[in-house]
Amino acid sequence: MVTITINGLEVSVEEGMTILEAARFFGFPIPTLCHHEGLSPYGACRLCVVEIGEEPRTKVVSSCTYPAENGLKVRTASERVLRARRMIIELLLASCPQSKIIQDLASAHGVSHQRFRQEYEDCIMCGLCVRMCSEQMVAKAIGFRGRGTNRSIGTPFDVQSDVCRLCGACMYICPACQLRCTFNEPEKAVCNACANFQPPCIEQDRFHDMMCYMDPCVACELAKTP
Amino acid sequence: MNPEHIEKIVQRHRGEQGALFAILEDIQNHCHYLPEDALRKVSQLTGESLVDIFGVATFYKAFSLKPRGNHHVSVCLGTACHVRSAPGLVDEFTQQLGITPGETTGDGEFTLETVNCLGACALGPIVLVDGRYFSNVKRPDVKKIISRAGAGFRESTAERAGSSFPLEVVCPHCRSALLDTQNLIEDHPAISLMASSKGTSGWVRLSSLFGSRCHESEHAFADDTQLSYSCPTCGRILTTATPCIECGFPVGSLAFSGGGSLHICSLWGCRSHRISLNGLGSPGVAHEEIVTRV
Ligand code: SF4
Ligand code: SF4
Ligand code: FES
Ligand code: FES
Repeated sequence: MVTITINGLEVSVEEGMTILEAARFFGFPIPTLCHHEGLSPYGACRLCVVEIGEEPRTKVVSSCTYPAENGLKVRTASERVLRARRMIIELLLASCPQSKIIQDLASAHGVSHQRFRQEYEDCIMCGLCVRMCSEQMVAKAIGFRGRGTNRSIGTPFDVQSDVCRLCGACMYICPACQLRCTFNEPEKAVCNACANFQPPCIEQDRFHDMMCYMDPCVACELAKTP
Repeated sequence: MNPEHIEKIVQRHRGEQGALFAILEDIQNHCHYLPEDALRKVSQLTGESLVDIFGVATFYKAFSLKPRGNHHVSVCLGTACHVRSAPGLVDEFTQQLGITPGETTGDGEFTLETVNCLGACALGPIVLVDGRYFSNVKRPDVKKIISRAGAGFRESTAERAGSSFPLEVVCPHCRSALLDTQNLIEDHPAISLMASSKGTSGWVRLSSLFGSRCHESEHAFADDTQLSYSCPTCGRILTTATPCIECGFPVGSLAFSGGGSLHICSLWGCRSHRISLNGLGSPGVAHEEIVTRV
């Protein structure tokens, strides 16, 4: 067992656990995108960043790949972490605004605009599909090809793979394949969050049962005040 | 590329760490690029998945999946070379060859590519042609480089004569000299042998300069043909069971009059040759080899 401090709470966790697993186990939420239980950690999206160490010398690391070490001090929602996360979400929006998962992340983290050149990529290189195909489907039909800005996902030689099981798991897990609701402004980088979060609970009676009980989203309200 | 050759290459690197890389390098050396069926065959033979092999093959700039020309020109566009006006060299090559980086000339002679640092920044701008580094290249040099490369660096093999010395070989069976003073290659008597493959038989002459791969032959054997060498005087077979370190095919063995032997690969197109000093000199030096990669 190793003892670490998460947001000031001292806890002991099993050796070999990552910070992410430890934090989730004790109920501290950390958003993730390229992480999936049952697939090996990959560290591609950096959304799961946390701040470790003691002031004034802290650093920001990806919690899904960082192992819990004895005496480690972790802060999962410090100002620096939140700023970094919002920046990552903005960058994700800049490359792939049509993804529902990314839109939801934007709403949940109060990101209401993005300041970069808008692109419409159909892949964010999270590697989920590649890991899904090789680790869960044991098919190894698709993989990364090339590098740098020319990196892409696909089958070797771009021809139909003879080892693909046609299981669809790669599409099931892909955050870019799940399209957002386009409501009335399909070209906007940040969607009309109201349409994404049904029903807009803020307009309900005080004692009305809300469907959304995970996070009061108020996304629709935020969308109105950029 | 014939499948047996690939098998030999794979066999040679079996169990090595990083074998995949070495295998791909060998295939690329042989064909100038990585053909699709070769990669599929490697996947079959090594059990490595095609996805991973393809990933490696596309990740490294050293590998190409497109057929490349006989001569491969890489202009360095790394930071150091860039500020010393390497982009001008790219323009010059583009003009001279009529192709843009990444393309191959219509006659299949030249492929132009740019790379990001060849590790010799202080000597920049660097141009790498067929494994030869040219330093401090200026625009007017481009034309010279192209014509020298086009001639196959032939004279430069002889230029290196300081390091490449003539070999005086004899037949290991009848001890008659194999050097043919009537026929010169690179100004030296050629090593003259008989070679046969599937009923075709004829003379071959190889340069006697160690390290050179210049040769002539009576018949145009296709690359990858396995030849059986024999002595033109006594007619006995020179091919032995020793495998070539490059491709694994058996080598032909010629003797030096003073002892030791010269091994030449029997695979036409492999052209690997080495000197084995087995049984020569002090007993401490039991087996020493001089190897050239050609
Ligand atoms: S559909 Fe094919 S490529 Fe996708 S996960 Fe299944 S086996 Fe892999
Ligand atoms: S295709 Fe989808 S799952 Fe695969 S790397 Fe791209 S975004 Fe991730
Ligand atoms: S979830 Fe940790 S880097 Fe993506
Ligand atoms: S930048 Fe050209 S060799 Fe380094």
